[in-house]
Amino acid sequence: MKKVPTIITGTVGSDAHVIGTKVLSRALKDAGFNVVPLGIQVSPEEFIKVAQETNADAILMSSLYGMADLDLKGFNEKRLESGLGDVLLYIGGIVGLGRHDFKEDEEKFKKLGFDRVYPPEADLDAAIEDLRNDLKAKNKM
Amino acid sequence: MDSIRLFIDFGSTYTKVVAIDLDKEEIISTVRVPSTVETDITLALDEALKQIAESTGIGDLEKKEALACSSAAGGLRMVCAGFVPDYTSKAANHAALGAGAKVTGCYSYKLTEQEIREIEAAAPDIVLISGGTDGGDEQVIIHNARMFSNASDAISNIIVAGNKTTYDEIRSIFKDNGKNVIYTGNVMPEVGVLDVTPCNREIRDLFMRNIIEAKGIARAKLIIKDVIMPTPSAVLEAAKLVAEGCEGVSGMGELVIIDPGGATTDVHSIAQGQPSAGDTIIVGLPEPYLKRTVEGDLGIKHNIDTLIQLLNGREVPPGFPDIVKGFHDGKLPDTEEEFACHKLLASVMVEVAMERHAGKLEVINTPTGEKLIQHGKDLTEIETVIGTGGPIVFSDSPREILRGVLFRKEDMFSLKPKKPKFYIDENYIFFAVGLLGQVEPKKALNIAKKYLKRI
Repeated sequence: MKKVPTIITGTVGSDAHVIGTKVLSRALKDAGFNVVPLGIQVSPEEFIKVAQETNADAILMSSLYGMADLDLKGFNEKRLESGLGDVLLYIGGIVGLGRHDFKEDEEKFKKLGFDRVYPPEADLDAAIEDLRNDLKAKNKM
Repeated sequence: MDSIRLFIDFGSTYTKVVAIDLDKEEIISTVRVPSTVETDITLALDEALKQIAESTGIGDLEKKEALACSSAAGGLRMVCAGFVPDYTSKAANHAALGAGAKVTGCYSYKLTEQEIREIEAAAPDIVLISGGTDGGDEQVIIHNARMFSNASDAISNIIVAGNKTTYDEIRSIFKDNGKNVIYTGNVMPEVGVLDVTPCNREIRDLFMRNIIEAKGIARAKLIIKDVIMPTPSAVLEAAKLVAEGCEGVSGMGELVIIDPGGATTDVHSIAQGQPSAGDTIIVGLPEPYLKRTVEGDLGIKHNIDTLIQLLNGREVPPGFPDIVKGFHDGKLPDTEEEFACHKLLASVMVEVAMERHAGKLEVINTPTGEKLIQHGKDLTEIETVIGTGGPIVFSDSPREILRGVLFRKEDMFSLKPKKPKFYIDENYIFFAVGLLGQVEPKKALNIAKKYLKRI
């Protein structure tokens, strides 16, 4: 039997918009994943520690207040030191401030080490499909 | 006479001896003679002790009890190799500097053959390997341990201070390898937590047991009791004592010591460095409470070219180019013009070294107003700045030079001290305070407070 992948969810940093991460956690659970929902205002360090403890396969962060990049300063370096370089990293929501091209946000967060970046209107099922494919590519599913 | 203690600093240029009367808590004599590390360290030591004996009447008993520190024979030279530059590499760098070392190279990520050749050529006294939090990344530190296990004899002392989970494997890598490998606590046991104390202790211990032997400094033990630490480490110990105080004697509070010299400028801050303004977020690795930085490009004798660049169009005294060339050749200032040039260069050294040591602020506009982000230590509220080192102590206007450390409105994001009181270590006794502080902290502190001169 293949292992059930462990996915960590939560809103990062100072953001407290709980709905997105709740809906996402529920959808992941329904899709058969082992979900560790950390809820709101999760510090980057908390994500790292829980990922180590649970031997997680992916971290799916939400942020709707536009300042996730501030909350995530140095996050990539910290996760590398913590031996989590192989853990998939997604973020979704309103990850940039003001009116601008989503492509810019996507590029910015990819530079911070994220594998995938989703805008607020992203389709949940499509995102879960992406997750399955990425996990399969890493031989984790 | 049994209340007299001698303290010695073996420098690369001078061997200095300070004689202190412990009962009276007084300095009774100081001498300095040119060092003889290249030939036999005891020659200069004998000469200095002879001079001290003439003025104080001390005998063999005092000599046998004398304690020393040393920065001779290149000081304690270290190379650090960690994983991510801003985390375990930086943590290792802090650990080495805090133990009084001169860090000749700091490496990150998996080392290459080329880098190992470079490190072999630098032949550091100690290599410090870090990488990964405890339970974190294992690949980089294990790779680097393997690279060092295959390195030449130029690398013989290794301290491992990284992810503890890897230690069994690293032990097997170094088994029967002939290198002296020491294992200590992780310099960054978890993300964002710096723990340099165990590593500091191992570095000093190795210095006392092996390094001074290898450099011929241990010969001094034929005459005196022991050489117990590198000189910068003694200065840092003194700074800590003077800041914190000890039982029964109050300290001077958080402080900064600035020490410009011929080849480098050292800055020590004994301060938590927490934000002085509200709503400030600190990012990056926290910096150590006892922080030391060494600016290898700020020396009044060896780095004249850099200093001239840093003058950045400032007005220079008449005859400047020829005069500074003289400094480079080892001349000390004598005429009025020479003093003016010396002062100008020393001011630049102090200013730049302080700027690099102090933390920085960054302002970010958010929907809820401005947010401040702090990197490094906030030293704006520091009340005490102590100057030491030739360029300050022998200057006719030390205060003017020390003013270089001050916060400036034009550069308000550099968190330098705003309204400190200035002191100088006029008699160059800080190293002696650090050494004496190991055994008699109260007396050491009283002496430091008595001899620090407010300017």
